[in-house]
Amino acid sequence: MSVSELMQTMDYGPAPESPAEALDWLAGHGNRFGLFIAGRFTEPRAGVEARNPATGEGLAMLTAATPGEVEDAVAAARQAQPKWAGLGGAGRARHLRALARLIRQRARLIAVLETLDSGQPIRESREMGVALAERLFHHHAGLAQLLEQDLPGEVPLGVCGLILPSTLPFVMLASMAAPALAAGNTIVLKPAERTSLGALLFADLARVAGLPRGVVNVVTGGAAVGEAMVAHPGIDGVGFAGSAGVGRAIRAATAGSGKALGLHLSAKPPVIVFEDADLDAAVEGAVEAMCSRGPAGGAGARLILQEGIAGDFLARLKARMAGLRLGGPLDKCTDIGALIDEGQRDHVAALVAEGAAEGDLFQPDGALPERGAFHPPTLVSGLAPASRLMQAEVFGPVLVSTTFRTPTEAVQMANDARHGQVASVWSETITLALDVAAGLAAGVVRVNGANLVDAAGVGGLDGLTAYLRPEGRGKRLKPPAPPRQGDPLARAERLWIGGRRVPPSGGQARAIHGPRGQVIGHVGLATREDVHAAVAAARKAQPGWATQGAQARAQVLCTIAEALSARAGEVADLLRTMTGGPGAKAEVAQSVERLFTWAGRAGTQAGEIRPGPTRGTALAMAVPLGVIGALCPDEAPLLGLVSVLAPAIAMGNACVLVPSEPCPLAAAAFCEVLEASDLPGGVVNLLTGAHAALAEPLAAHMDVDAVWSFSSADLSAGIERAAAGDLKRSWVNHGRARDWWGAEGEDRAFLRAATDVRTILIPWGA
Amino acid sequence: MPPDAPRTETPPHAALPLVSHARNPGLPLDMDWLRTARVNRPAAERRCASLTACRPVTGVHRVAWLLRAVGLIDLTTLSGDDTPGRVHRLCAKARQPVRADLLDALEVDGLSTAAVCVYHEMIAPALAALRGSGIPVAAVSTGFPAGLSPMATRLAEIEASVAAGAAEIDIVISRRHVLLGDWAALYDEVAAFRAACGPAHLKTILATGELGTLTNVARASLVCMMAGADFIKTSTGKEPVNATLPVGLTMLRAIRAYHAATGQRVGFKPAGGISTAKEALVWLALIKKELGDRWLSPDLFRFGASSLLGDIERQIEQHVTGAPSAAWRHPMG
Repeated sequence: MSVSELMQTMDYGPAPESPAEALDWLAGHGNRFGLFIAGRFTEPRAGVEARNPATGEGLAMLTAATPGEVEDAVAAARQAQPKWAGLGGAGRARHLRALARLIRQRARLIAVLETLDSGQPIRESREMGVALAERLFHHHAGLAQLLEQDLPGEVPLGVCGLILPSTLPFVMLASMAAPALAAGNTIVLKPAERTSLGALLFADLARVAGLPRGVVNVVTGGAAVGEAMVAHPGIDGVGFAGSAGVGRAIRAATAGSGKALGLHLSAKPPVIVFEDADLDAAVEGAVEAMCSRGPAGGAGARLILQEGIAGDFLARLKARMAGLRLGGPLDKCTDIGALIDEGQRDHVAALVAEGAAEGDLFQPDGALPERGAFHPPTLVSGLAPASRLMQAEVFGPVLVSTTFRTPTEAVQMANDARHGQVASVWSETITLALDVAAGLAAGVVRVNGANLVDAAGVGGLDGLTAYLRPEGRGKRLKPPAPPRQGDPLARAERLWIGGRRVPPSGGQARAIHGPRGQVIGHVGLATREDVHAAVAAARKAQPGWATQGAQARAQVLCTIAEALSARAGEVADLLRTMTGGPGAKAEVAQSVERLFTWAGRAGTQAGEIRPGPTRGTALAMAVPLGVIGALCPDEAPLLGLVSVLAPAIAMGNACVLVPSEPCPLAAAAFCEVLEASDLPGGVVNLLTGAHAALAEPLAAHMDVDAVWSFSSADLSAGIERAAAGDLKRSWVNHGRARDWWGAEGEDRAFLRAATDVRTILIPWGA
Repeated sequence: MPPDAPRTETPPHAALPLVSHARNPGLPLDMDWLRTARVNRPAAERRCASLTACRPVTGVHRVAWLLRAVGLIDLTTLSGDDTPGRVHRLCAKARQPVRADLLDALEVDGLSTAAVCVYHEMIAPALAALRGSGIPVAAVSTGFPAGLSPMATRLAEIEASVAAGAAEIDIVISRRHVLLGDWAALYDEVAAFRAACGPAHLKTILATGELGTLTNVARASLVCMMAGADFIKTSTGKEPVNATLPVGLTMLRAIRAYHAATGQRVGFKPAGGISTAKEALVWLALIKKELGDRWLSPDLFRFGASSLLGDIERQIEQHVTGAPSAAWRHPMG
């Protein structure tokens, strides 16, 4: 076209990024890749072909790893690990900085390769992908540099297996590999079968950057390779990003293995828009969420709109969607590229067709490219929260919307997917926006910003701790002796539920014997029904307890400590009768101190402020989990109970506790202490009984938000398996002892276990 | 002349404003609408940053966009030392903004700037210099740039400039009305200016650098449109901060909302601080994305600029010859 004609049409014209550099890199490897093990690529075999989803053209042949090769990769990582950890934080930081620099230098190559492989627009590969990956390595280099100072006594897990999602592979690789490496682990990466090239390029970069052999290993292949990694006894930690279903399966598979688990599960992120929002800005946020691929492989977003402005908002959104450019992903102006493959495109189309029957479908006019896995930008409005499309993961540019009336309703709708990574809330009123943000169950909540992840959201020391463990292991606990029959007619101590003493629903009791075999009392045996009642009481009490405020909770903890102190002699006598040990007085005194310790923490530990977006801040708030169910240690019957109870309630949780199985009378005495304190009923519930009988009902109960076990019975595997059902958090001892008398009895692990970190990003500007 | 009186004669040699759509008749002041107008600055900045991050057009498309930009410039001189000779030179540049040999090489003809913008005293020399070209003369008015002279004086200034042949009047609003939230006073002021303009087009300068917040910019934009502005304009060029992209985005979105509500198209003029071809392209992309191609015409969009043209000329010569150009190679305006 002539210049004059172009002056009339004002077309953007093509702005293609050249694929040459990426194609050269592929050609340099003969368009065939082996696995990357111990610093070398193995001889390639024909496996799966990597294809460009925008054109269908083949890019390279990938090798499917055999179990033996997974073994080799783990062995290489194992061999390299002690030396890598031995470099120290500062030594590893040097390597991470070198990697970050290399990522910057090769930004174009990485971005183009990712776009060729995944179909995502080049602009997103560069800005969201490579730029963020570079920041993540820099950020974690900084954390590594400070590691020994900031997290003393923590050591790396060992070898980490990282399983990557098919979308946003490079940035997800960075967000898992950077903390794992910074912490001193060596890694075996298993990229998604469809998008493996980024991980192979990363291996190449690690080699160029001079990382020691075996620190980074890459095995490609299908789900079987991932399963082999998860099951491999040489893998100490598993990082996974992807669907909740696979995450659940991984948790069940690793239950009881002692493997540390970091799951980044995809869920359709909520975008809540209030009537006082800057609607045009919120529309832009929704479009950004639609075009960008979710951080954990999901995509699209759930728009939750205040009913009064929903019509206006949707009209603006549709107009904006009509201006989106769909096409060749290598064009710098393309907003929407291709999906991962045709299969996924068809899957998305089927989901949309189903949703369209329940709501209003909008797709702007415009032809799709003739070839390639393209799906038009899509809005399905007027859905109800119950619609399947409202919840279903859609790996494509699809927005769904529903409406709400009040802030409470909006939060409820947003929170019906519990493992959400990101959420956003749009309102120009700070009181409203922060209230809603604090109530959203998501790792990162943006106030007036799009659903995006950045270093401020995923980083920080908390992110690093997922790849660390405490130094040394406690000695093995001896399972308690089986209980002996008692006198069925004796008066038994009751359970304590909702602030009242209630008899066990089954009417069963057992005798408690002293150290010389004498019967010293009877306690009721709680049943599954009692667990349900206790969880219901805890659930009811928790919101009020959490909203009381940290200072008020601290004061209540003080009243408990004082009440215990007032009865110290009496309780010590009881402990002495039960255990016969000499330390009874000291145990009571230590329990009093522990309560005061957590009273102190309740009043001072609310989270931290992190450097946020350019102008603004990131609040990393430690929020209560809700209801915590815990099996208390059998040893130290009072101190153990207090050590579990205090952090749980100090941070605003309610709890259901099963006290020491052989020595439950301490709990009965402690009930009186709690009754004498200002603790509201239901915040603490005590169920005496057999740990083995109560572990599974607690761990499987979906209204319990976390389950802890310090029991000496062999219950960890069963608890982890049961907790996998609803992906609740679990913290188990794997039958190992903890030193309840020392710092280990009150360390930050309790703080982390009792709270979720919710990062609220608050940009500002007039 | 009473403001509302029908005009019996057109000023001599005045070119008519470039119109191909009905003028905005305005609306009664709608306070409810104003109260709901809110702008989130970080989000606006994010949107603008994403625009500047990607280079939208390259090659021959870029040249076409730049030439289109030339046709959208209000070539401006607003200096205390302006003389008829200086204005004459500027008008010659408006008629032939890009060297003829370059236009020939690109096979483009009939290119001129959208208008010439001067102070009242320079209207006559400008009209004389532009005679026969069809290029309208715009005059800044109402005590430009502060706008603090008596109301009667300001109205009289508009009438005098219209009578002198200015087809477009760039007025300044009283910033204090915005800062005090006295929207009714702002509405009345702009409505009076509009009446005084008669057939001449009214561009209202918000002086956004002095309004404090983007929400104020959005509300002032709406009030000006309700009061009958044909164009809303960012700045006088004399404030410490002039046309920034977030301010532009805010005003464009107000125009879009006004169009959605009334069907009326109001024009937009960023002014001050736009001096490079690259910036001009970003502005065009912003208009295209937020308002659509219809607004990329001189009846709905202008650049208020004095040095932008020079950079565009150099860029165009570089495209034609392949070698970077120099300022001296292009006739001064």
